[in-house]
Order: sequence, then C-alpha cells, then structure tokens
Amino acid sequence: MNKQSEQLIELIADMKEEEALDLAKEMLDSGYDPISVLNHCREAMEIVGKRFELGEYFLTELMLAGEMLTQISSKAKPLIKDSQLGGEASSKGTVIIATVHGDLHDIGKNIVTFMLDINGYKVVDLGIDVPADTIIDSIKQQQPAVVGLSGFLTLAFESMKETIEEIQKAGLRDNIKIMIGGGQVDEYVREYTGADAFGLNAMDAVSLCGAWIKAA
Amino acid sequence: MQNLFTEREQRIRDVIALKTPDRVPLIFYQMFWAARHAGMTCRQAMYDYAGFAHGQTQAALEFKPDALMPMQLAITVGKVMELIDYKQLQWPGHAGLNEDVSYQYMDREYMTSAEYAEFCLNPSGFWMNKYLPRIAGGFEVFGKFPPYPTVYHTRNVAHLAALAQPGVKEGLNRLIEAAEEAQRMLDATKANIAELNSLGFPTPFIGTSHAPFDVVADYMRGSKGAMLDMFRNRDKLLETIDVVTRLIASPILKVAASMPGDALKIVFIPLHWGLGGFMSPAQFETFYWPSLRIVMMKFIDAGLTPMPFWEGDCTARLETIADIPGGKCIYQFESTDLVKAKEILGGTVCIRGGVPASLLIAGTPDGVRAQCKKIIDVVGKDGGLIMEASVGIPDEAKAENVKAMFEFTQEYGRYG
Repeated sequence: MNKQSEQLIELIADMKEEEALDLAKEMLDSGYDPISVLNHCREAMEIVGKRFELGEYFLTELMLAGEMLTQISSKAKPLIKDSQLGGEASSKGTVIIATVHGDLHDIGKNIVTFMLDINGYKVVDLGIDVPADTIIDSIKQQQPAVVGLSGFLTLAFESMKETIEEIQKAGLRDNIKIMIGGGQVDEYVREYTGADAFGLNAMDAVSLCGAWIKAA
Repeated sequence: MQNLFTEREQRIRDVIALKTPDRVPLIFYQMFWAARHAGMTCRQAMYDYAGFAHGQTQAALEFKPDALMPMQLAITVGKVMELIDYKQLQWPGHAGLNEDVSYQYMDREYMTSAEYAEFCLNPSGFWMNKYLPRIAGGFEVFGKFPPYPTVYHTRNVAHLAALAQPGVKEGLNRLIEAAEEAQRMLDATKANIAELNSLGFPTPFIGTSHAPFDVVADYMRGSKGAMLDMFRNRDKLLETIDVVTRLIASPILKVAASMPGDALKIVFIPLHWGLGGFMSPAQFETFYWPSLRIVMMKFIDAGLTPMPFWEGDCTARLETIADIPGGKCIYQFESTDLVKAKEILGGTVCIRGGVPASLLIAGTPDGVRAQCKKIIDVVGKDGGLIMEASVGIPDEAKAENVKAMFEFTQEYGRYG
C-alpha cells in the first residue's frame, strides 16, 4: 500500500471530506486503479464502523462517510474497464431490507443498507411502505440469509408482526433470520412480532448478520 | 369540579417545584389513540372537530388524568391542510396513505445550503417569499408579495401592483377560505378546552416550541442536510441557529403575557435530533444544547415551565442537560434510563415518562402494573415524577393496558 492510499483511507476515516475528494480525484486522474480506490474506501469504512461501535462516531459521521463514498464511487465507477468487471464481487450473503407497510421513514433503513453493503453483503433494499407480498416475492427470488424489517412509528409493530406471519405462512420462515430495527423497537416488540433479533443501530445490524451468516 | 381542578393542578405544580404531592400525577397525552378508542379512524380524527373533541373528553372522564394535553392543533388539521395543499405531511386517506394510520412528516430539504445567508439577513422575507410557497400550494401567493422590507416611501404604492398579477386574487381568496376554516378549528378547540376545564381537567399547555437545531433540521435543511452541515457549513449553520434562537420564543411569550401571572403555563418542546446516538457530545454541546438552553431560559425567566420531550435515548446527555435552574422544568423521556435520570436530575427537574410504547401495545395489564410499580418506587421516590407512556399513549395501545397504567398509578402512587 503506497502513501496516497494510506492518506485517502485516513482522510475518509477522519471525516476530511474536501481533502478526501480532492485526493481521490487526483489519484483517479493520474491513472490509479479505480477498483483499488473503491477498496480503500471500504477499508476506511471499516475504521468508521469501529469508531462508531466504540462510541467515538455517531450518526452524523456515518452520514458524511456515506456521502464521501457516494461521491468517490460516482467518479471511480465509470473508469472501471469492462475487462475488470469479472462478475459481481463475492458477497458474504444476501440481506433483504424494507420499511414495513404503513411506515414511510427511511433514514435508519438507508444507513443500515449502506453499512451492510460496505461490510460485504449483497443488500436488496425494497424501499418504504413495503407490503408483505413484495417481501415474500423478493425472498423467493433472492434467497436471502437475513431479512431486515424497519419501522419508526409504533404502527410498524403490527406491520412487522403481519409480515413475519405472512412469511411463515408462505413456508419461508425456517430458512431465514429476521431482524427488526428503528425508533421504538425493543425486546417486547421482538417477542410480539416473532423476529429473531432487534437492533438499535446500523452496526447492530452488521453484527447480527455477521453472527448468523458465520453460524450457518 | 373546581376542587378537582385545583387538586389536580396542585399535583402538577408540586412535582414541578420538586415538592412531594399527595400522589404521582398523570398527564393524558396521545395523538390518535383517544379518537380510535372512541371508534373513529385516524382520518376521521383529522377532519371531525366535534368527534375528536368528544373522544378526548370521554377519555378524560374514563381515565381521570391530572392534566390533559389537548391535541387538536396537531390532529384536527385535515380540512385546512387540504384547502392549502399542504406538502410537508402525508396523512391518512390522502396521497395513498391508509385511512387509519398516523400522519407522517416528509423529511426533505426545504431550503438549500446556499440560502442560509438570505434567511439570516431577512428571516421573515425569506419565509414569506420563498419558504412558505414551497411547503403548501396555497402559500404560493405569498411568493408574489413585494420584497418587504426593502420597499419604502412612495414606492409602497408602485410595489403594491405586484398583487395585481394574475392568480393573486384567486390565491388570496383561497387562503381566506382556509383561514376561516382554521378559525372554525380553533373555535372548536377552545370550546373543548373550556369543557375539559369545567369538568375538572387542567390543560396548562400553552404552546409548542422547538430546539433551534431541530427547526433547521426538521423544517429547513432536512435532517440529512443539517447533519452534513455540521461538517460542511458549520458557521452558517451556527448563525442560523442563532437567528432561530432569537425568534422562536416570542409567540409563546406573547400568549403567556396575556394570561394571569399565577396561571400554570407549560411549554411543550419535543426534541428530535439531539439524542445519544445521533450526534457526538461535542456536537451536542455546540449545535444543540446551548441554543435550546437559551430558549428554555427565556421561558423560565417569564415564569413559564419548559417541558422538553427528550425523544430516543438521552442517557448520555443527562450530565449536560442538568445545567438548568432547579424546580422549573419537566423533562419528558422516551427511552432514557430513568433510574440514572433520577440520580442525576432528581434534585433539578421533574421527570415525566415510565411506560414504554411497546409495553402498552404488546404487553399485558400485569406487565404495565409491574413497570409502573418499579418506576414509582425508584423514580417517584419523594415526588418529582409524572407517570406517562414514553411517547404519549401510542395509537395502537391496548385499552386495558392504558387503564392499568392510570388506575395502578392512581392507587399505588400515593405518598405518605
């Protein structure tokens, strides 16, 4: 790893947006391998994730890190040559994410999606206000290891419960783990909805997926 | 009834002043629950003034709270919002949302970061000409008003011609129609409050205010914009927070000034973006707490009781937010550790909260009673507690659980 790459990782991890973007641009302009630039971004995000878990970073830093990555990706991706696109990078496993029906909130869901993606999972984000049928169709199609259901409002408790019951009725419950998160979710809600676990933040989601997929 | 009113209000006064009352008081606070409990849908609650008032009064008579937060101004807004084509909410039966779910706020960027300076220079002008037209079709007519306050002397005559533009007359007529509906909504609210008071239920909540950072995050830049601005536009964000801080208390202080000096006046301040996981302690102490504290102090200095509602988990904030004069505030908590809150804040503010929303929805009456007992024994020791559902009674709470919370607290929560 050369000096530039170390510096890029450090700048992203330290939330130096302008300098990180300038350096990434300079590297790409001078012919630095775009895939390597994206890998450095992932390495930086591992540091960001660790700092979040240690209580040094908060939602604000995750948001800014997400912004930096989106901007660097949009510059790097068009430079990737077709010959380098050897199929999709191998993922640790597939996770379906959705905000349950009736609820239109997506900040938490988006951060969870971003953190899972950056941690090597293939994330299928079905959006907000997602009916159980859509989730079931997606499970059939994607064969995920984990389904994450999000909801901010208390009305989401019932929607999560119904969704999990529908997944059960469709005969798909046994092969997947279901995690719930958002707003006011706690152990009462986990038990009520029949989910396997609940998480309080994006890194909880990463840890849960890590533990489940390793165990499988 | 007057005796009951006085007795109930005294309990609230005692806990605010950190004196031990005769028992733990309860405030009835909810959004759509009372209307649904009375058989209405969320949609009906938003449109039917009499129906909503009836549901609220019935709930007061059933649960006998020591104070009630009348929720009309937050709920019975459907007709007017429709008349002005309001865009910041999606509400039941509107824009595809189910008839029986709560309305939801659209967290979006309503002001760009390039507009901070314009807002700071002339907040009223920016609000009228630019901001209001963005949040409701009915407010678009405000965008056609002359560029006040930069019009002087005889130019006031020529500039008035701006209102002769096509569409202005229709726009103003439409706005007046909405205004008349808003007046009907306010009249119905006042009548319901008078009814509740005559039945012995205090309603000492004179208005809602905000943390200045939340005003920027919720209503102007969107949460994402405001969070990113802490890094990208730090100085502009701080300047805007300062402008909002100077403006925000004045409407409530004006209402308070028109009331008897010794009346109990509580200001509800729901807080959205300052909680534990969302920003760092340093960010909280830079962007959130100092300006919020200034707003709270303005209320305290005028004899009002600020009641910030610390949504989410604010356990990490307890030491910081303890810096407020003793016996002057109610701090409502959602998922903050109340035992720790009592330890750190017990000698300073009255604590409101105790029963998680999840327990009222998914739990049993026995579970609710056990939770209330725990809270009364520890957090309610020697007073300083208002029993409450953590976010108010959630719309989906089971009636038997709500009943258990009220009845158990009214029985078990007696002091001495």
